[in-house]
Amino acid sequence: MFIINCPYCGEREQSEFKAGGEAHIIRPKQPTELSDDEWAEYLFMRKNIKGVQFERWNHAHGCRKWFNMVRDTSNDKIKAVYKMGEKPPIE
Amino acid sequence: MTKNLRVKTGKAIDETYRISFKFNGSTYYGFKGDTLASALLANDIHLVGRSFKYHRPRGIMTAGSEEPNAIVQLHNNSSRTEPNVRATEIEIYEGLEASSQNCWPSVNFDIGGINNLLSPLLPAGFYYKTFMWPASFWEKYEYFIRRSAGLGKSPIKPDPDIYEHKYIHCDVLIIGAGISGIMAAKIAAKNGLKTLLVEEKPNLGGSTIYQNSDHFKINNQNSGSWLEKEINEIKKLNNLEIKTRTSVAAYHGYNFLLARENLTDHLPINQRKDKTRHKLLKIRAKKVISATGSIERPMIFDNNDRPGILLSSAIKRFADYFGVACGEKNILFTNNDSAYETAISLIQKGINIEAIIDNREEVNSKLIYEVEKNNIKIFKGYTVTDTSGYKRINKISVMQLSKDGQKVVGSKIILSCDCLGVSGGWTPAVHLFTQSGGKLKFREDDQVFIPNNYPSDQLSIGACNGDFTLDEILKTIPKSLIHYLDIKNTEYDNLEVSSSTNKSKRNIWLLPSDKILGKTKSFVDYQNDATAKDIKLALREGFKSIEHVKRYTTTGMGTDQGKLGNMHALGIISETAGAKMGELGTTTFRPPYTPLTFGTIVGRNVGEYFDIIRKTPLHDWHLDNKAEFENVGQWKRAWYYPKENENMHDAVQRESKAARESAGILDASTLGKIDIQGTDASEFLNRVYTNAWSKLAVGKCRYGLMLNEDGMVYDDGVTTRLGENHYIMTTTTGGAANVMGKLEDYLQTEWPELDVYLTSVTDHFATVSVCGPNSKKIVSEVIPDLDLSDESFPHMSFKNAKIGKINCRVMRISFTGEHSYEINVQANYGKSVWEKCMEAGKDFNITPYGTETMHLLRAEKGFIIVGQDTDATMTPIDLQMDWIVSKKKYDFIGKRSLYRSDTIKEDRKQLVGLLTDNPNEILEEGAQIVADINKSPIEMLGHVTSSYYSPNLQKSIALGVVRGGKNMIGQKLIIPMEKKNINVTVADPVFLDKENKRLNA
Repeated sequence: MFIINCPYCGEREQSEFKAGGEAHIIRPKQPTELSDDEWAEYLFMRKNIKGVQFERWNHAHGCRKWFNMVRDTSNDKIKAVYKMGEKPPIE
Repeated sequence: MTKNLRVKTGKAIDETYRISFKFNGSTYYGFKGDTLASALLANDIHLVGRSFKYHRPRGIMTAGSEEPNAIVQLHNNSSRTEPNVRATEIEIYEGLEASSQNCWPSVNFDIGGINNLLSPLLPAGFYYKTFMWPASFWEKYEYFIRRSAGLGKSPIKPDPDIYEHKYIHCDVLIIGAGISGIMAAKIAAKNGLKTLLVEEKPNLGGSTIYQNSDHFKINNQNSGSWLEKEINEIKKLNNLEIKTRTSVAAYHGYNFLLARENLTDHLPINQRKDKTRHKLLKIRAKKVISATGSIERPMIFDNNDRPGILLSSAIKRFADYFGVACGEKNILFTNNDSAYETAISLIQKGINIEAIIDNREEVNSKLIYEVEKNNIKIFKGYTVTDTSGYKRINKISVMQLSKDGQKVVGSKIILSCDCLGVSGGWTPAVHLFTQSGGKLKFREDDQVFIPNNYPSDQLSIGACNGDFTLDEILKTIPKSLIHYLDIKNTEYDNLEVSSSTNKSKRNIWLLPSDKILGKTKSFVDYQNDATAKDIKLALREGFKSIEHVKRYTTTGMGTDQGKLGNMHALGIISETAGAKMGELGTTTFRPPYTPLTFGTIVGRNVGEYFDIIRKTPLHDWHLDNKAEFENVGQWKRAWYYPKENENMHDAVQRESKAARESAGILDASTLGKIDIQGTDASEFLNRVYTNAWSKLAVGKCRYGLMLNEDGMVYDDGVTTRLGENHYIMTTTTGGAANVMGKLEDYLQTEWPELDVYLTSVTDHFATVSVCGPNSKKIVSEVIPDLDLSDESFPHMSFKNAKIGKINCRVMRISFTGEHSYEINVQANYGKSVWEKCMEAGKDFNITPYGTETMHLLRAEKGFIIVGQDTDATMTPIDLQMDWIVSKKKYDFIGKRSLYRSDTIKEDRKQLVGLLTDNPNEILEEGAQIVADINKSPIEMLGHVTSSYYSPNLQKSIALGVVRGGKNMIGQKLIIPMEKKNINVTVADPVFLDKENKRLNA
């Protein structure tokens, strides 16, 4: 079970959090102008990589804030956490 | 008459405290401190169980948690019965009753033993190969295979014991209290760190504590005495907590570990009442030091599994620790020096040793010289090739090894014995290390896997790190702890150590024999009866990966998880396939290290504590009025209110009729309620619902449908505009938390520019819903000041009102199709408002109704229930709810998905009504719907989602989803059931009052 450093609350147990999938997928501003393929790209396609991944997490049983996390999925090491809208501290 | 094999007082035994226990129905005696294994051995009992596949007689093999053979059933047929308990771990207590497993009628005469004679017919993969065809026969085979499978018997009565979970936080966790763990604990605690030391055995000190020979000395004392003083000292340390009988089961990432603390299993049953049996410790440690030691390896030769064959280290432990001789004519068989430590212990205690067989040709260490001085014959460069004795070993065959160790040469020597101790060297117990994600490396010198790199803040020390000898351990530990704990020095920096062992070892994974392999039974996994022959067969049949060989041969898949034989399996694979051990790797070690009881895992989360139970503010009233309850998520909702002899059907029919004919009252408090405020609240609702919200006037209500981004219906409910920038949204009972989460997600991540604030207020309000033609009269009596005229308070509108001093929000909304009001008050006032409504409704036969009637009433109107009539594959168009999807709005969640190529298909499953040809026939929810019964295979068109008998329409009604159903109105379809086919006609899903006249009645 991870220890997650919520950018708003500090270190908490993973059981307080909910994972929200890949980060930095922006909802298209004009969905109606997209083709089926383009919309499907936004809707369904996710990377699911082994290695360093950018993810969304929610402190669901805490401050309820969403934030981003950089995690290495091969060893579960959390490399960084940062607030929504902020630039990732790691490339 | 059984013999007494007690020798000199063992270290752990209190001979003044005699304990009686039963094994297979007979009474025996042991002493306080005995394990079941040591007490049985003291009574000269080796035969304890039968093996899994061949039902071969098996005896006690080890003295610890790695035991594969001596597993027993405790307290058979009682509620405390427990299968697969290791006799080597359970401490005896007055009244203990144990029995052998996997044998019938008894362990001495077991019918299943016939499998041993049939063994040439039962090779690896026998079941896979034999019972594959004809495929249709599998169900018949399965019955018999299942009966012969399985070891012990599961309890069938409720567990009477109490279990608990506990969180522990510490600076340093030390696993294992052998000499390494004790030293580490003292160093850590003395440096001011909050330290926890856990040990699976009842006592501290590991194998050093009973080491009393002069061949192992620390600061000029024998190592056992030295360690005893250290233990006495650490017990006084304030910041060190010591837990014995505590086994670490799992080592997860971020130094999160689970351990089971066993508190009562060693007590007589009558002393366990009201005590916690096991505690599951959830440990979060800043640093973890593994000092889990090592497990002695057996040797792989023909018939190496007979009762009376034990690990050499186990014989030593039984003698030194429990004061028990495992036999009167002992032979030791080894490839390294450690069997000589056993020999010296036995010599000290006057236990006879017939001979020692050593694989090595050249041996030289002080230990061996001392053994030789005692005139014990040592066969150097020899190996055991076979054993005999069905229920107890009585003879061994010994032959000389060739130079390369691949063959035996010369003539066979037969030696008689009643106990054979084997030592194949040591395997570091790296199970927890690898569970934590650690990778191993292979050390060629002595053929062991040792920790390579640490995935978290942890350290392995002592034997589990591959440091087996006393001088290695004592020299390495201070250095590595200075580095790991970042301290200047330790009190152990200048210990004087002397040890007489030599590290030489002659490792041969599969010992040669004068017989061909096919004629031998050389067991690698004792519990599962996997032999060297089986492993070689698996390789010949093309299995290459160690994980595949494991599953095909079942090597390492017993309750002991291959703690003894896995290394030999790897070795044999490596030799046969010509692959390097380091490249083969090991099989994955998974938690738990030793089995956990279900009680330990669930702790106090049983019965009413299994999950949170949510009750509405009106719960007590429902109880007082004999309601039956339905679980809706965590909520307890009133389901129906049976009167006298009514069954559910009768009660629901009565309630439904009353609600339509006069008045009904429902507790709707469980509906999710979200308070929405902010200058952009209207825009926000526009984006999350499919319909338009900007023009909704203050004081008005609107039904909304919420989709997922994929266009599928997610939730629904009525939202009311309380003020210019203030709404209250209702959600389904089960969906409340998810809707709240989803809305927060969009607000925080996609639309942070919107000025909107969400607050969950589900629990803050009680909601009383009064419906029916007389609802208006009832509400006007309860709230006389409120103008209920249709002009002032039409359907889908809202008013603030007061009942006495109680503020309430009244919505005129309807889920039944009747004229109805929902009165929302602060939760604490719910019951009094409900009772006022009941009082006012007396003359109108106001009838409380539950969720079942609510479902029936809404089905008559064709209103959907999200999650019952929808299943995350239904769009609003599929539900024939096109009217609620705004064409004008530029965007809302899910809009774009409504015209993807898949969602615009005509033949999607669509919601329709279903009427049975026989109006009294009620369909089963979930039943399949087909058109052509004669076609093979029958094409499934959909299924029934809701089905009731409507007392108001006097016929059966149902909703269902049918492929292309929208265009099938009037068409005949068939519901095939087990005993008959039911004919139905597709209908409009609105069965009653299509014109909505009743809303204003």
